[in-house]
Amino acid sequence: MVQFETVIGLEVHAQLKTNTKIFCGCSTQFGKEPNENVCEVCSGMPGVLPVLNEKVMEYAAKMGLATNCIINKKSIFARKNYFYPDLPKGYQISQFELPICEHGHLNISYEDKSGEPCKKRIGVTRIHMEEDAGKNIHSVAENASFVDLNRTGVPLIEIVSEPDMRNAEEAVAYLKSLRSILLYLDICDGNLEEGSFRCDVNISVRPFGQEEFGTRAELKNINSFRNVHKAIHYEVARQIDLIEDGEKIIQETRLYDADKGTTHSMRGKADAHDYRYFPDPDLVPLVIADEWLAEWQAAQPELPAERKVRFEEDFKISEDDADFLTAEKDIADYYEAVLDSYNEPKKVANWIKGDFMKELNQSEVGLSECKFKPEMMATLVEMVDKDVISNKIGKDIFNEIFTAGLDPAKFVKDKGLEQNSDSSSLEAAVDKVLADNPNEVEAYKGGKKKLVSFFMGQVMKETKGQANPGIVSKMIQQKLS
Amino acid sequence: MSDVKLSTDEVAKVASLARLDLSDKKKELFAGQLNNILSYMDKLNEIDTKDVEPMFSPVEHTTVLRKDVIIKEHTRDEILANAPDSDGQYFVVPRIV
Repeated sequence: MVQFETVIGLEVHAQLKTNTKIFCGCSTQFGKEPNENVCEVCSGMPGVLPVLNEKVMEYAAKMGLATNCIINKKSIFARKNYFYPDLPKGYQISQFELPICEHGHLNISYEDKSGEPCKKRIGVTRIHMEEDAGKNIHSVAENASFVDLNRTGVPLIEIVSEPDMRNAEEAVAYLKSLRSILLYLDICDGNLEEGSFRCDVNISVRPFGQEEFGTRAELKNINSFRNVHKAIHYEVARQIDLIEDGEKIIQETRLYDADKGTTHSMRGKADAHDYRYFPDPDLVPLVIADEWLAEWQAAQPELPAERKVRFEEDFKISEDDADFLTAEKDIADYYEAVLDSYNEPKKVANWIKGDFMKELNQSEVGLSECKFKPEMMATLVEMVDKDVISNKIGKDIFNEIFTAGLDPAKFVKDKGLEQNSDSSSLEAAVDKVLADNPNEVEAYKGGKKKLVSFFMGQVMKETKGQANPGIVSKMIQQKLS
Repeated sequence: MSDVKLSTDEVAKVASLARLDLSDKKKELFAGQLNNILSYMDKLNEIDTKDVEPMFSPVEHTTVLRKDVIIKEHTRDEILANAPDSDGQYFVVPRIV
């Protein structure tokens, strides 16, 4: 049977965190009343002129620098023509010839299906600036569509990759890496669900060894990394089925249905892609001064890849840990803030990767709203590290102190949870456990040395988890020898 | 016409993309005019422009930028007043889906 290879290219639309729209002074604030952030320019009144927001140019160029692109000294805007009521002018202002950034790349690392760590370089074809469209609500009852232009003209950058990815793991790793860079640059809030980070997946299959690409489908409407994964798997299987049945793949746009986990054709009009691009005569060419570029370059923050290397070198943590901790800027910031108070990088990393992330993910609030401050985390790790409380108590109380944002030292003191290292009281507990379990004592003496963990467990129960495990373990072994 | 570059069918297609409803007579008229323009382009193509930078606009100044500062000069009512139909919040258009 013919083996197929998947070919994936990605188009990412990232909404930029500017105060105003790309070509007019309207606010970009989300959640306002319908059509509150609308003026004569973004509603497409006759005779108005668009003027480029300087921050959009700066942010697009910064993303280009961060993805190893060439920043074109001269770039121009184009009109992409199509009719839809969310686009009042009848065209979207975008870039076609001479986009602001070209010829970049991104290095990704990921685990393949079998869990093997892999690295790959993915080409970034281009990054261009464009305006977002508005939103429509359709009412069958009123036989009308209602148009809200608040989002019309909100600045986007579109980041187009080369068709370099060969499976879902690579595609998701690339997307996560792009998102992470956008967050480090602080130019996009990277929210997939709310649509400030949107990805379209171009996907085709071809027999292994074949040079030319198969016919591709473009998948839209995917609002989580998990769904990117699922959509790719579904679409690959669909295309291979069609080919094996001797049918043709149609080049088309398909929508992902998250509930069903399937893709379906958008029933596009045949000429939906006939955009008739031409240079927009309303906008003069953009020429980027060398000084600006030098300024932006100098102002680039530390990016995820650099921070990862620094974490590995300065904190002597593993590459995996460094990868995990630097993927999200706010997690990396939190980690470093904890280390400012308690400088035990490996131990702090373990707590953050473990209980902390578990609680954070469950709490469904961002790290910025998290009540459990870095100093509290530092105190907790230090108390466990210095045997003030046992590891078990630390984990047991974590949910409560995390959720309410409580000082672990005060909490432990108030509840009397300090670890018990007092040998006379521990001895009493050990004696009681041994006396209560004569059969196990007999078995232990007969050679079942593993039972020591059973006795440990019983003593912990007896002392409500507060016994110092080192002392107890020694005590049990002494008493039974 | 010796040199037909654009058929009336293509004119019809471009017209429909632009949402223009043309009579057959108009289609032929415009096909003729457009072919004249395209023939003239052929004439221009005779010139060697290998080392000439493309000119995207006859306007010579470049890089007109705006500060990222919010300006609000019109109320929603004023903006909506220009639309053929609105409900005071939304622009209302014939149903599209």
